Parts: sequence; structure tokens; C-alpha cells
Amino acid sequence: MVSEPGHWSGFFGLRKRARGALVGAGLAALATLPATAQEVRTAVIRVDYPSLLPLSRLDLPTEDRAFAGAALGTEDNATTGRFMGQTYETVTVAAAPETALAEFARLANEGFRLFVVHAREDELLAMADAAPEGALLFNSREGARSLRSEACRANLLHVAPSDAMRADAVMQFLVWKKWTDLFLVHGSNPADVALADAYRASARKFGAKIVGEREFTDTGGSRVSDSGHVLVQRQLPVFMQDTPDHDVVLAADSTDYFAEYLPYNTWEAAPVAGSAGLVPVTWAPTHESWGATQLQTRFEKRTGRAMRDEDYQTWLAVRVIGEAVTRTGSADPAVLRDYALGGEFALAAFKGQPVTFRPWNGQLRQPILLTNGRMTVSVSPQEGFLHQRSPLDTLGLDEPESACTAFE
Amino acid sequence: MIRTALIATLVATPALANNVFVSNERGNTVTVLDSTTWEVVTEFAAGNRPRGITIAPDGSELYVCASDDNLVRVFDPKTFEELPSLPSGPDPELFVLHPSGNPLYVANEDDNMVTVVDVKTRQVLAEVPVGIEPEGMAISPDAGIVINTSETTNMAHFIDAESYEIVHNVLVDQRPRYAEFTRDGKKLYVSAEIGGTVSVIDLTAEPPAITRKITFEVPGVQAEWLQPVGVEATSDGSRVFVALGPSNRVAVIDGATDEVIKYLLVGQRVWQLGFTPDEKYLITTNGNSNDVSIIDVAAEEVIKSVPVGQQPWGVVVAPN
Repeated sequence: MVSEPGHWSGFFGLRKRARGALVGAGLAALATLPATAQEVRTAVIRVDYPSLLPLSRLDLPTEDRAFAGAALGTEDNATTGRFMGQTYETVTVAAAPETALAEFARLANEGFRLFVVHAREDELLAMADAAPEGALLFNSREGARSLRSEACRANLLHVAPSDAMRADAVMQFLVWKKWTDLFLVHGSNPADVALADAYRASARKFGAKIVGEREFTDTGGSRVSDSGHVLVQRQLPVFMQDTPDHDVVLAADSTDYFAEYLPYNTWEAAPVAGSAGLVPVTWAPTHESWGATQLQTRFEKRTGRAMRDEDYQTWLAVRVIGEAVTRTGSADPAVLRDYALGGEFALAAFKGQPVTFRPWNGQLRQPILLTNGRMTVSVSPQEGFLHQRSPLDTLGLDEPESACTAFE
Repeated sequence: MIRTALIATLVATPALANNVFVSNERGNTVTVLDSTTWEVVTEFAAGNRPRGITIAPDGSELYVCASDDNLVRVFDPKTFEELPSLPSGPDPELFVLHPSGNPLYVANEDDNMVTVVDVKTRQVLAEVPVGIEPEGMAISPDAGIVINTSETTNMAHFIDAESYEIVHNVLVDQRPRYAEFTRDGKKLYVSAEIGGTVSVIDLTAEPPAITRKITFEVPGVQAEWLQPVGVEATSDGSRVFVALGPSNRVAVIDGATDEVIKYLLVGQRVWQLGFTPDEKYLITTNGNSNDVSIIDVAAEEVIKSVPVGQQPWGVVVAPN
């Protein structure tokens, strides 16, 4: 039996010889392919925006938000890497909006070419446009439609779902329920207005009807005050009276200042969906299907807290990198990008079906969970919503709707 | 006493009747069926979240992974009385018995470990670190190699059954769930639930390597729902049956060519499979329709479905 460097020296022969020698390694034997060693270095940049406290204490930000998901993803990758001869290193950097680009440049100068960016559209695009040749960025936060359409970038893949995917996930469920008369309440900030657009487009797409709309103006002020519910209970119903008949109140509140007040405080007895009530998420601490419990417990053991949407998205971005490295045997971002977009790529992500990329705009396809905060109520796409390619393409911008040309 | 014996004699059909044990993941029970009448004999409590289920080669003890109890519950397969439990490590999901009946190799889904347990002394003999979310377990016919599949690492780990060291790894497709050796020890089938494939690993090659990936296609069924989980091969290796999860199909594969011959429609979300000892019948667990389907192996036809407990997961049939 001839043993070649970097190759397997034969199964049964090694089985005998390996005893003792490999004990210290624990996860000893390497897998057959590919044999070359790689070091995979990824930088995670999180931009922290000035913001008020969330409406619910359950949403209080943690220091390790988003980073913790990337750390777990790195650990998952490293376990596979130990068998494959690949090592993974992930650095995390928190930046202010005004320092984000400088931090990005610093990391690029240090040689990083794989980036997971947890930022809003402006900072994300600035980094994508300033990125050195051969760099690959993964968007783990921003849902803006434009990034999947006219403002797409060839070096930017979207692990975070678009607002359109989330809106479609809710809308399919409401249509499936035949609750198709919707009253839309949206915020006054630009992000809220954009989210309202996503809901309007989604209603058109699936044949639901927005029977009326109202804007809840953001007048500033603190989010929570002692016994504030007394005022909320009096003011919200008044704000919600004199509406056309509707089945559901749809809330578009990207900036988290009013939607949480809506459930039970409406004038009519209607359920709330969207930014409160039935909420579309990529992950919820309550998700248990398709082996998700294992990911939850791994995360909870590591961090001592529950795994959220933002943690899942960075975990997923890092796992996309790991999976592409495992299958291609390369750490070259260009090779990884080609593989991710090439049709062979498929990743198990605790959603019951493989997640894959749309080659026309770099958007990751994934099922969206609909949570009431305590349970997973349903998972979209819903039964009966069909697409010639994949039911997942019933969520978000389909190929003909996207004006993206950077991927051609 | 005499009355019981009399009734037993009246009900019993020739010596071929074997008890079929079905673990009900949600019902926290095991349903017992008679393999000749396919009637439910009884249903008994089996701990919290019973999943993997197997039986001693001499039929003396029934083992059930009680996942949420973090132990293996043991039952007398004749009286259905519970015997002292076995330690299993956290969150046991699937396991495989040494052909001699001892030890038991348990996959600990939550702890990236395979735990080796002596079923007589009830001692843990070894803990083998493997990939993330270990699930499928198999042992080679010569008992030299134990296979574990890890769902997030996407590998079949080859573990030396004596030294408990990993001697080889084969990268398979996404979320490998189950591993099955052919009786001659020449081939290993590994199902990948999310990858949608069954990898055929040639064990005569050095090192063992994938020679083929079996894919599935059913007209009118979305490719995403063809999710291979349980795999069982006939002892002559001529047929391999693959449970295809939410597509509600079992694929029949020609073991000589590893080509799919046909698909059998069974109950909803079919996961695990078990043969009767004579291999005349194959039982499938259908988690979302709360029943099992009975397949006539020679005819390659589904002959019956039998309601069992809530969310049936695994199945094993008592030996003759």
C-alpha cells in the first residue's frame, strides 16, 4: 500500500497503524477530499446605530448580538474543518456608522477578503464599493429591495431575507387563511414607509386587498414609561377607529416604535400581523422543527441566552462560507462565490429544505417562520403557492421583477 | 393463568407471529403490533420522546432512546415491563447494537458524541467525539467498524469498534440521517435528508469512497420533499428500500445496479423502516399520519396501513 502525501494511505492499513498516533488529535482521521490545508479568515463587521430602547424588554440588545451567531457558525465549520484539514478564524468588529468604512478598510489591509456585514444599506453599499478586488461580502441584516434590484453589487450576497420575502411570507399565510381584507398602519420614518411599500406590493402579488391605510407619526420621546399602558389603552383604540371593514391589521414599523402596542388595542377585534402579532422572522428562540432544537441548545450553551433572528443570519452567513469551502476545497472568495451561485450549492439550515442562492441577484432563498413570539405559528412558503423553479421563489423578488444586472 | 394460556393459543397463528415495536415520538409510547394479523397488541409508556428503537438479537431486551430523558429505556419484549435503564449520554437519538448483542453504540445528537454502553453492566465504555449532531449509526457485519453520520458536519465517520478511534471520514450530502451496510460488508448506504441523495460507499476500495449518489424523482412531487431518511437492504443485497420523508414515498432500489426501480406511496412523512425477520414484510413509520404502512417485499406493494400512536418514529421487529 503506497501512501501519497496528502492522500489516504488505505483504510484498513491506517486503521491498524493509527492507534495511539491519532489519539491526541481526538477528531482524528481526515476525510478523503480535498486534501490540501486551508486557513479561512472571515471578518464580521457590525454597525451599531444610535437608537432608543426597544418597546419590549425581551428585545433588549446584547453586547454579543449577531457576533454570537458568527462564533457558533465558526465552531460548526471548524468541526468539519478538523476532518478536512481546514481551519477557520473569525474576527468581529463593532463600528459606528461614521467609522464603519475605515474599519472595513483596515480589515481589508490586514488581508481579509471574506466579510459578513451587519449594517444598513448606506454603510453596506459603501463597503461593497470600497472592497478590494476579489473580496466577497455577505449581507446579514439589510432587507432593502433596491439591494436585490437596481442597486445590487456583484461582490455582495444577501443572507438576510429581503423585506419583500418577509412581507410575502405573511401575505401568503393571510391569503391561505382567506383573511384578505387588510388595514395597513405604517410608521412615518423612511424605513417604515419602505416596509409599507413591501406590504402593498405583496398584497397585489397574492390578491389580498388593502382596504385602508393610516400613518402612525413618530413624534419621538421615550419608548417606555411607568404605567404607560394606561395611556396606550386609551389612545390606540381612538387612533384605530373609523376604519373600513377589515380582517387583519397589517403593521409596518421598521423602527420599532408603535407596532407592539397594536395587538388588543385596536378598535375592531382584528388580529395584527407584520411588525407585531404574527411576525415574519428567519429565526425565533421557540423554533424546534427540523432539528432546530440542536442549534438552539448549542447556541444557548455558548451564550447563556436565546438565539435571535440576527444571530441566525450571521450563523448562516458563516455556514455558507464553510459549506462552500468544504465542497470546493478552496478559500478563494471567487471560487466560493462561483460555487454558491452555481447551482450545486445547498445548505441544511434547520428549515426543512436546503437553502440556496438566486443567481440573478445573490439572494439566499430560505423559508420564513411566522411567530407569535411564543410559538412558530406557521412557516412560509404556504402550501399551494407554486413556482416553476422552487416554491421558495414565491417569496421576494423573482427574476423578472429584479433589475439587477451585476450578476449577468 | 390457564385462561390466559388458552386465549393465547386461540389467538396465536403459527409460530411466524412476531411482535412489531413502533416508537411514538410525540405519544411517548411504544405500539406493539402482531406481524401476522397486523392488529395492535398493546401500547405502553416508553419515556419522554422515544425515537431510536432496537432489540437484542436473542429477543430478550427492547431498547428505546428516550431522548428527553437522556437515557436508553429497556423493556421486556414479552411482558412489556420496564427493566433498569441504560446510561446514554445526552439526547440519544439513534443507536446500533453489536451483532453479539453487546455493547450498544449511541449517537448523542446534542453533544457531538457517540457513547458506547455495556448493556449488561450498564457502564459507559467510551465516548467518541464525532461531528456536529450525530445521528445515524450502523455496524459492519464483521463488527469491526461502527459508522456514525453527523448531520451538520455532513460526514460518515468510520469508528474502529475496538479502539473507538475515528479511522476514516467520508463527506456526504447535507444532513446525513441513516447508514446501512449490505450483509456482505461491501457497500454502505448513507442517506442525506436535505441533500436529497443516498451515497453508495464502496468498502472494498482503499480508502472507502463514494461510487455513486442515488437521486430521486417523482412526477408531480417537488424535489425539495424527496428527503431520504431510513434505509434498509435485504440480506441478499438485491433490494434497498429508502424512506423519503415528506414526499410520502418509499423508493425501491435494485441493489445490483443501485438504480431506483419504483416508488411506493405510504403514509405521511415516512422516516424509518424495519423488516420482519423473514424479510417478507417491511414496516414504515409515518410520523404525520400516525400510522405505519406494511410493504409486501416480494410484491413491492403496500398492502396495509395500521394506525399506531402519535408521531411514530422508529420500528423494530422481534427476532424469531
